[in-house]
Amino acid sequence: MMKKYFLRGAVLLFFLAGPGRGEEILRKASLIPLWSPQAQFAGYYVALEKGIFKKHGLDVSFIQGGVNNPPLELLKTGRADFGVMWLSSGIRGRARGTPLVNIAQMTQRSGLVLVARKSSGLRNPQDLNGKKISFWGGDLEIQPRAFIEKYRLNVTTVPQGYSVNLFLRGGVDAAAVMWYNEYHTLLNSGLDENELTTFFFDQYGLNFPEDGIYAMEDTVVRSPELCASFVTASLEGWAYAFSHEDETLEIVLKYMREAGLPANRIHQKWMLEKMKALTAGDGSANVTGALAAEDYARVSSALVKYGAIKAAPDFHRFHKPAVNK
Amino acid sequence: MIKFKSLAFKLIVFFSGSCSLILLGIFLFNFQFSKKIILADVEESARNLTLRAVNRIDAIALAAQKIPKNMANFLEHGAMGENQILSLLRMLTVENEDITGVSVMFEPYAFKKDLLSYGPYCFEVNGELKFTNSPGYFLDDFYQIPKELDRPAWSEPYVDQDAKILEATFSHPFYENALGKRKLKGIVTADISLEWLQGMVSSIKVLETGDAFLISQNGTIITHPRKELIMNETIFSVAEARGDPVLREIGRKMVRGESGFVPFTSLGRNLKSWMCYTPIPSTGWSLGVIFPENEFMADITRLNRIVAGLGLAGLGLLVFVIVVISRSITRPLRGMAKAAGVIGRGDLDAPLPPVASGDEVGKLAGAFGYMQSSLKQYIRELKETTAAKERIESELKIAHEIQASMLPRIFPPFPDRKEFDLFAVMEPAKEVGGDFFDFFLVENNKIFFLIGDVSGKGVPAALFMMITKILMKNEALQGLSPAEVLSKVNNIVARDNDSSMFATIFCAVLDTETGEIEFSNAGHNPPLLCRKGQASEFLRVQHGFVLGPIRNSKFAAQKIRLAPDDMLFLYTDGVTEAMNPQKQLFSEHRLQQALAGLQDTEAMKTIQGLKNEIKLFAKDEPQSDDITMLALRFKGK
Repeated sequence: MMKKYFLRGAVLLFFLAGPGRGEEILRKASLIPLWSPQAQFAGYYVALEKGIFKKHGLDVSFIQGGVNNPPLELLKTGRADFGVMWLSSGIRGRARGTPLVNIAQMTQRSGLVLVARKSSGLRNPQDLNGKKISFWGGDLEIQPRAFIEKYRLNVTTVPQGYSVNLFLRGGVDAAAVMWYNEYHTLLNSGLDENELTTFFFDQYGLNFPEDGIYAMEDTVVRSPELCASFVTASLEGWAYAFSHEDETLEIVLKYMREAGLPANRIHQKWMLEKMKALTAGDGSANVTGALAAEDYARVSSALVKYGAIKAAPDFHRFHKPAVNK
Repeated sequence: MIKFKSLAFKLIVFFSGSCSLILLGIFLFNFQFSKKIILADVEESARNLTLRAVNRIDAIALAAQKIPKNMANFLEHGAMGENQILSLLRMLTVENEDITGVSVMFEPYAFKKDLLSYGPYCFEVNGELKFTNSPGYFLDDFYQIPKELDRPAWSEPYVDQDAKILEATFSHPFYENALGKRKLKGIVTADISLEWLQGMVSSIKVLETGDAFLISQNGTIITHPRKELIMNETIFSVAEARGDPVLREIGRKMVRGESGFVPFTSLGRNLKSWMCYTPIPSTGWSLGVIFPENEFMADITRLNRIVAGLGLAGLGLLVFVIVVISRSITRPLRGMAKAAGVIGRGDLDAPLPPVASGDEVGKLAGAFGYMQSSLKQYIRELKETTAAKERIESELKIAHEIQASMLPRIFPPFPDRKEFDLFAVMEPAKEVGGDFFDFFLVENNKIFFLIGDVSGKGVPAALFMMITKILMKNEALQGLSPAEVLSKVNNIVARDNDSSMFATIFCAVLDTETGEIEFSNAGHNPPLLCRKGQASEFLRVQHGFVLGPIRNSKFAAQKIRLAPDDMLFLYTDGVTEAMNPQKQLFSEHRLQQALAGLQDTEAMKTIQGLKNEIKLFAKDEPQSDDITMLALRFKGK
């Protein structure tokens, strides 16, 4: 008897939430991706384009990412409700006083990789001794520095700009690149994979998971259901993206063109494939949003060690998964 | 099956077949060879065309390079204050049409000891001159690359954010002397508009649809007839999207600064082409010029079509000529084949087809005519010979009849005599044989019987046999003994026997009352004596010399006595020497064996049985000698 009444109630609710009233109950939310549109953020664009956010009662607006719009800044000033940031940036932000909360950890593997030319005789970490290495600064320099220290390398380091042209022109012997982005740029500049030696940091005990979804602590406290809906929709968007490659690429390319960016389908295809490999640690398209405690410990202790922060924030206050899968 | 086809058909098939193969071979060789020549020609002009374009681009790029180079020189040779630098930047930007911006960027604290970065930048946007001084230049490509490489460098082309035009920056480092060491002090850059590049490259037209494109050091497409490729794709991303490893390899050669002329599928359209690529030395870019194969091969294709058409026409003519020639050869041959058929049916007067030519066919016709007349002559002669032979044969037939009539033919010869039983037969090998037998009563109780074989065969033997037979009978009837008869007849025959003919004769006289036989032999095979109930044995006979060649020969007289139902069997060598197809003789042994089952019966049955045995043995082998047998059974009283 109870079951029958419950079902009736559900049917009623469904009709109440029907057309005409749907628009009114959508909650507004804004997202600042780490960077301008590209397949690195495919899941969010897919969730938007395929109406997954809407399905979960959200009306999400995207703020154009880029140099001028750092997510930390936009979250802090309340211009964005949610931001995609690297784990290291999130920890640093919180350690330095911005009450950021990681509500979902998307990638499980670090996509940062050190590449070198085999023709320069570089095959093992020790071969880098006495060589010139370029890598990005800020949060991206922790892994290369830890790597250099781990293998006690005596190297000349060169700060790295936005392109990999310095490496391509032979200005440095090795350069840090993102596997899903600049690595493919190298291939598309005529270097063959078999000409390159790659040092994937996660294979050298330096796995720093990267992209995660962040929100300010008071958003998490005041609107837990908003966070839960946002994360649920995002995870769904990613799962859809990984299983519908062609459709996803069209969506990403559309947003790239709208942003006036060069849109190279084959490059975005590469990026989407690699994001899939980095996100689903087990190789499946299964997206959980969980952050492993040992990954957190590894990244936060490295940040302390290299002076980026003084002390690591409490893991459970930092990572509050909005959805428990 | 071709071997059953006509000669004309075979000629057409084989000649036109082999000619087609030869023509095809020539055609293919001609096609390949001319293609090679054209390709070599195209390559030559392609290289020239590409090189001219490259030189034009290079000249402009080199000219643009001079401005930052001169400025760097200027900065190295004299310290300049801020105002001087700014006015220099303004002047260079304004005065050089292709230069949209100039900048001087100093190394940290190199401009002033307390100033980390100083990098004034003067640029033009829509005709308006602007100045900035942004501090974050150390990580930019146009600063970092010349610094780390320690030499001037071109940046990758880029689209300017403000002016929205394609530009590339040329950077030139400048140095200072610090403690005797050459030390980098900063970088001078000049932004060069590449808008002219698009026009220059797109002005390269090859034949109808051939065009050109330019790629950067990274393989990025800088200019291309298809706008959407520009700055969005690299030659490698196109190769990846196409799954075309050959294109990737060409791209790698292009960015490595190599030149070449290679088969190529154009980036925009899937058109089979050739591409000539050459690097632009100053910038490291590479220009590719497309030569559509169907266009530069158009002449060759047309030529080959004409050649193919001519070849086909020639082949058609060849077939026609072969048909005509083979007709002219086969027409008389067919006529002769027909005439030969008529002649074969017996009409030797069949007319032969007229052949005027002196070739092999003419000779064949002549030989055929000769054969026809020879055949006529031969048949005429054959008719005459056959007539003569027929005459002789009919005469021989008469002789045979006479001979046969001379031998006793009525059996039983003495039906009223019961004391003996006699039967004889002669099977001549030829129409007239040399064997003979005879028997007659010389007294009431004495019967004279004989068997003989004349040397040779045919008519002479038959005549000799007749004489001998008549003489033998005449003498025997005088009452002489067998030995005396032989002796007397021998002397008569030998007297006029110039041809040295002879006969072997066995003759005997049986006393029908006592069974005593007196006998004598002139060189004949001994008869077989078949005692009743015993195996046959050869009569012990003194052999005696043959009758005929020598006078006064002596013949022994011998005697035996037959018991009732004993039998004496006389025969000539035609019996024992009868042959079977394996050339085996019937032999005396087989004769005795055959006789064993036939001896104790009537004489006629014995002889008939033996005849059958011999026939069975000889099978189809023709009889080579007369076969004569005589059996006499004594019955007693």
